[in-house]
Amino acid sequence: MHVDPLEKRWLYVVGGIVAFTIAVQVYYAAAKNIHPPSNVQTIDSAKLHLSKEFAEDKLGVHKNADGSLDVTMVAARYGFYPQEIVVPIDTPVRLRIASLDVLHGLLVPYSNLNLMVVPGYISEGNTTFTKLGEFPMICNEYCGIGHDYMYARVRVVPKNN
Amino acid sequence: MSITAEEAGRLSRTQSTTASAISLGNRLGMSNLWVAFMALLLGLPMGLYQVAERSGYFPWLESSHVYFASTSTHGVLMAYVLTTFFMMGYGYHSMAHSLKIKTWSPLFSWVGFYLAVFGTALAALMLLTGKASVMYTFYPPEMANPLFYIGAVLLVVGSWFWCIDMIAGMTQWKKQNPGKPVPLVMFGTTINALLWLWTSAGVAIEALFQLVPVSLGLKETLDPGMARTLFSWTLHAIVYVWLIPAYIAMYTLVPKLAGGKLFSDEFARIAFVMLFIFSVPIGFHHLYMDPQQAAGWKLLHMLGTFMVAVPTFLTGFTVLASLEIASRLRGGKGVFGWMMSVDWKEPMVVAGMLAMFMLTFGGFGGLINASYSLNAMIHNTQWVTGHFHLIFGGTTVIMYLAVAYWVWPKITGRQLFSKAMAVWQLWLWFIGMLVLTLPWHYIGLLWYPRRVSSTPYEHVGVVAQWGIYELMMVVGGAILVVSGLLFIYNLIRTHFNKTAERDLTVSYAEAIHPPLKVPNILNSLTFWNWAMVAYMLISYGYPLLQFFFIGTHGAIPYGI
Ligand SMILES: [Cu+2]
Ligand SMILES: [Cu+2]
Repeated sequence: MHVDPLEKRWLYVVGGIVAFTIAVQVYYAAAKNIHPPSNVQTIDSAKLHLSKEFAEDKLGVHKNADGSLDVTMVAARYGFYPQEIVVPIDTPVRLRIASLDVLHGLLVPYSNLNLMVVPGYISEGNTTFTKLGEFPMICNEYCGIGHDYMYARVRVVPKNN
Repeated sequence: MSITAEEAGRLSRTQSTTASAISLGNRLGMSNLWVAFMALLLGLPMGLYQVAERSGYFPWLESSHVYFASTSTHGVLMAYVLTTFFMMGYGYHSMAHSLKIKTWSPLFSWVGFYLAVFGTALAALMLLTGKASVMYTFYPPEMANPLFYIGAVLLVVGSWFWCIDMIAGMTQWKKQNPGKPVPLVMFGTTINALLWLWTSAGVAIEALFQLVPVSLGLKETLDPGMARTLFSWTLHAIVYVWLIPAYIAMYTLVPKLAGGKLFSDEFARIAFVMLFIFSVPIGFHHLYMDPQQAAGWKLLHMLGTFMVAVPTFLTGFTVLASLEIASRLRGGKGVFGWMMSVDWKEPMVVAGMLAMFMLTFGGFGGLINASYSLNAMIHNTQWVTGHFHLIFGGTTVIMYLAVAYWVWPKITGRQLFSKAMAVWQLWLWFIGMLVLTLPWHYIGLLWYPRRVSSTPYEHVGVVAQWGIYELMMVVGGAILVVSGLLFIYNLIRTHFNKTAERDLTVSYAEAIHPPLKVPNILNSLTFWNWAMVAYMLISYGYPLLQFFFIGTHGAIPYGI
């Protein structure tokens, strides 16, 4: 087999680039505990109304003892429930959401919240909103003809309100 | 010197078998390629309609029913029909001309072709009547008409006939030519055939055990988490199945038509086997934001995803080095100056250069998508669609077009209607692609979600910043439609060209050091096939098995 010296050098460069990119990612995953949402929890989407966590009266923003927030939501054609959530700025938020019917997704501009909502599973995402104002929570996975109209509102308010 | 009657007979028999192999390869090639480019012709205006509809500047166009039927059709035509038939047509042609042997049974090859055509027609009928507006990823529990899934399965099954033809062809040739390296063009084609068998298995399992039975009402529920995991098995590797024919052209045609030589035959083989092994077992980068798979598995798949950058870096190096050599032979000078001196009048060279340019941009975007954590920034935004239009519609399809310009005269025996028009057409394709995809990436970073037909959110601060870029995208889409029409026009006129093509011989680029012998591992697929079995068991074994014991609940199907 013939390997040109130039090729050899290029192989080292490529190996270096790939090793470096992988190292950066593994470092942030292992040392800083930064992972994509991956909680692997199942739930019966047909019985959400009977579940402890996702029954209608349990949805919304809940404050924890340490000041952080738990937000519980349901995604269903074509809306997120509750349709508006109010959260203070710079506060850790844990969002848990389940789908009642088909696939949905959610994304909130000016935040890093981006989740798939898969029927039969609970999706969980952690974020901290850092910009005041009202933003759409947009469904970003095609869920049917009315998909465009599927969004909720996130109001980020000053901390001591 | 005289030859015996026996020798003369043998000689004329070989010549006539070669001639009939080539004639069969040409006919299978042309039939498949025309189906591929008809899909392109139909799909292009749909793309333009979609950017225009979505932009909101043309209220009279707006209809979410038509839009979602159109995106579903556009996706199936471009991603499944154009690609599969191109791969098959180009593959049949390459096999006939490089190995000079017939497929083991011409009837079998034609049955595969017509099965795929029939499946395509069935799926298209459902798509165009709005009965399958479930996107080309058909994520359940949304359900289309069962005929759509059956049509798609037939398209895939038809393409398996081609895979068997390629693998059988290479095996037969190796038996007849022991110890000789399989011609590079055929090594790449066969590895792609084997890759397609592996790749399509994921979606085939999903279709046979989930989609078809549930859509027919034979089964009541399915697990969408499992369906998405199976689809991820197909969804990344399929991209390489589309890309490999383009790489084959870059390695075996670009250096030749540029007037030079291939920098390295062995490196091309290494790139192909790496593309093979790091393509299927890494699909979880499509599931980073999904709840049904745990973080560790996603991290494992991330490693492989970055490894697959290596063959692309190798390809970029080898192809550019080959082009540089060709340019210097023509008097090209300078570190970058040689780029001016390549043969810019030759469509294959123009396409190769432009494809490399788009690959540089697109590859960078790909690294972001592949990133374990950065992915959250762009997942399911328009960035993703912008990315794959650049790398597939740009880098890959521009090579398909160049292959057509090269192969049409060889098959029809007619000179290309207009080489100058072909060059212009490729430039238009490139410009249209950049005008379309650069703003497309950008609005993705501004959180524009993918797969919407309008953006009715009342949050003006977010929505207002998208408008101008959408207008640019409409312009880009229009340029691409014009370019596509020029392409088809040139091909049709070629069939009726009165001037005969002078050079009907099909030959491929020679390497600077033509390999007399290559290590068996770069000349055979057996080792890599077993390596794939092992790697797949590691990366998809537990993640699929878990669905049988984590207590999943099926989801009932929904219409659209
Ligand atoms: Cu939706
Ligand atoms: Cu991928």
